[in-house]
Amino acid sequence: MGDITRLILKRLGLGLVTILVVSVLIFFAVELLPGDIAQAVLGQGATEETVAAMREQLGLDRPAFVRYFDWLGGAATGDFGVSLVSGERVSEAISGRFAHTLFLASYAAVIAVPISILLGVFTALYRNTIFDRVANVLTLSTISSPEFFLGYILILFLAVRVTMFPAIASLSSDMTFLELLHRTFLPMLTLVLVVTAHMMRMTRAAIINLLASPYIEMARLKGTPPWKVIVKHALPNAWAPIINVVALNLAYLITGVVLVEVVFVYPGIGQLLVDAVAKRDFPIVQACCLIFAATFILLNLAADVGSILTNPRLRHPK
Amino acid sequence: MHDKFKDKEILLEIRDLKIEGYSDETWVPIIKGVDLTLHRGEVLGLIGESGAGKSTIGAAAMGYARDGTRISEGSIEFDGMELTTASESERRMLRGSRIAYVAQSAAASFNPSHKLIDQHAEAPVHYRIKKRMEAQEDAMQLYEQLRLPNPREIGFRYPHQVSGGQLQRAMTAMAMSCRPDLIIFDEPTTALDVTTQIEVLAAIRDIVDEFNTAAIYITHDLAVVAQMADTIKVLLKGEEVEQAPTQQMIDNPQEEYTKSLWAVRSFNSPQRYRPTDGSDPLISVQNVDAAYTGGIKVLDDVSFDIYPGMTVAVVGESGSGKSTTARCITGLLPPMSGQILCKGEPLPPRYKDRTRDQLRQAQMIYQMADTALNPKVRISEIIGRPAQFYGGLHGSDLKQRVDELLDLIELDPVQFYSRYPPELSGGQKQRIGIARALAAEPEFIICDEVTSALDQLVAEGILKLLDRLQDELGLAYMFITHDLATVRSIADEVVVMQHGKVVEQGPKDEMFKPPHHPYTDLLLSSVPEMDPEWLTTVLEERGVDNIGEAADR
Repeated sequence: MGDITRLILKRLGLGLVTILVVSVLIFFAVELLPGDIAQAVLGQGATEETVAAMREQLGLDRPAFVRYFDWLGGAATGDFGVSLVSGERVSEAISGRFAHTLFLASYAAVIAVPISILLGVFTALYRNTIFDRVANVLTLSTISSPEFFLGYILILFLAVRVTMFPAIASLSSDMTFLELLHRTFLPMLTLVLVVTAHMMRMTRAAIINLLASPYIEMARLKGTPPWKVIVKHALPNAWAPIINVVALNLAYLITGVVLVEVVFVYPGIGQLLVDAVAKRDFPIVQACCLIFAATFILLNLAADVGSILTNPRLRHPK
Repeated sequence: MHDKFKDKEILLEIRDLKIEGYSDETWVPIIKGVDLTLHRGEVLGLIGESGAGKSTIGAAAMGYARDGTRISEGSIEFDGMELTTASESERRMLRGSRIAYVAQSAAASFNPSHKLIDQHAEAPVHYRIKKRMEAQEDAMQLYEQLRLPNPREIGFRYPHQVSGGQLQRAMTAMAMSCRPDLIIFDEPTTALDVTTQIEVLAAIRDIVDEFNTAAIYITHDLAVVAQMADTIKVLLKGEEVEQAPTQQMIDNPQEEYTKSLWAVRSFNSPQRYRPTDGSDPLISVQNVDAAYTGGIKVLDDVSFDIYPGMTVAVVGESGSGKSTTARCITGLLPPMSGQILCKGEPLPPRYKDRTRDQLRQAQMIYQMADTALNPKVRISEIIGRPAQFYGGLHGSDLKQRVDELLDLIELDPVQFYSRYPPELSGGQKQRIGIARALAAEPEFIICDEVTSALDQLVAEGILKLLDRLQDELGLAYMFITHDLATVRSIADEVVVMQHGKVVEQGPKDEMFKPPHHPYTDLLLSSVPEMDPEWLTTVLEERGVDNIGEAADR
């Protein structure tokens, strides 16, 4: 197991380096704006004095790299500074929103991942049958429609025509867990429809890809029934690509949900980011970007580790 | 039919079997009406070149048609049950329990994700013949009978933790798990070294005898089938050529095709000797040590010389360092110490530091012509590129040179100039590989197992071609091979390698005469001979516990 621990630590180190590089990009992208932050925030109409006052308040007179390390040091301890618009601490503004996004993402993931993998297994088992074709056409059409369009369609049918679910997923603190699940059902369903196709098709492709392997033929020639050939002989060897696609889709569930949040007026981090960009609230934009980057890197790291752990050659060295 | 089995009950009877394969949108016949009768306890050898349909018939005996093939006509009757009309689930019930299969590459046919013993126990547990613990206990006993090391422990390993020869025996054990009436052995030793092959052959023969299992033994190696089979059936392009009891088939084949198969190793190039005038060798490998990044030493003090116009065969098992030596000579793997001289001048260790003229000297022909030729590039460009790079040829000069090279390798330029590799047969592809090496106008070519992926008749054609080119162009060859028959037919000198060391070297005539280094002896005596009694004799001489990996310690 020593080898695997070392491998994981190495990947973790690489992930940290990547986050550092991203943090440099995020920070200095803002520096690249014409003029400076103070100018950009206050706009064309600001007087010289207000701009100067703002500069002093933000400490812009100090060199950029000093401010970068200041910012990075703060970010490492969870302190992303203060919002330029509301004056609220960025960490407080974000934490609640991020928790909402994580909740919605987990809700969608818990339903989408098992369904996609099951569908993938079944379409591989009954490949080229009507079931396979229908499943493929359905998932492909949901992935080809823009997610806001899907969202509105769902609202039309499940909230307006049949009033089963609320169209607006606003939250309040006194809701029970069940109410919460009910309230966020439509945004969850939209997300599930968007991510299922990728994962299902990758599971199907990864399994079918292995069906030509000699060990699959061997399993068949041992009299193993078809479902067992797929589940016991193909699937355990197909995890690596499946895990990678699952991780990418989980990352999407966290970082790519802006439109869905807007459609359902859901108070997630995506909406916060869009608002902050519109209001030029740079500390919030930077913090959101860094969180998104970290999410991506962590999930990919998890996928790498997952692929390693499912590979018997690495798990049981000679 | 073999007398011994005349009175026995018929186990498998195939009548007028026709199988079709789907290619280019139509069904084309693969098997064109083959009959086959197998009695209980009989071992039938199926031989023929690749594409003869041996494996397809083997699978059909299990009522199994591979993806893209279908059984179109004929009957397959196994112990009174007609497989062609049986339902899929009825046929499936036979597989693993009454008819078992042993595949060519055990390394690829064991599922990498499960332990050996779990795969062994799968069928008996599935058929409720044995409980899991009983099946595991039985596996350990079979492992012991098949002389696997640590029989009580080896099953709990994953396939990648076990060597090829051991895996092949574990697979034979797995086929035995339900004590089937019939086992299909599909080239079970083709992927193994000769020294490993012998112990697998011995193990298979013993266990088939002990349980009186009938078997269909598929192979392209006549000497192997002679050891294993009671009866031999020869196939050519999906049709039976002839069938006879083993001894009769070997002593007195009736058909021309069978005779040509038997005679295939008759080719013999006259042996050349080193020049006596004290001239420099063309290539001199001196005290080379090498290792792959971070790995252990794979070459240890390797030295040998290759003189102009001579063929030096480098033999040894897989992993003995033959190909690594070639990589050092070509500069792909810089040695840790030692040097390579070309005509007395040291070559830079890295190919990047070599001049064009130095690069020209070391050309390679590879084992797998399939993967060594880019499938998306025309033949004219594959051969033309080195001619352009080394010879600076352009336009009509280049075209003329490519035509010349195609003529040299006996392929018609008009027909092959603008074709792509996938349109060619294995032997033709290997010829293109040779032309590509010749295009650089080298004096020295490294042939890395160039015939081992080819059928015997095709391989002989390639050997003859290489020999003719050597005479015409004065080429020197470093001929890497594990096949001693090839060595016999074309080598002038032999270098024997084991565990990264040269254990013995010298002119061919001396190397094939005793006394030998013990390892050379082991290699030589492990090559199967046509005599059906060969395996028995060798086992008696060496003792059953002193063959293969056991003998190699």
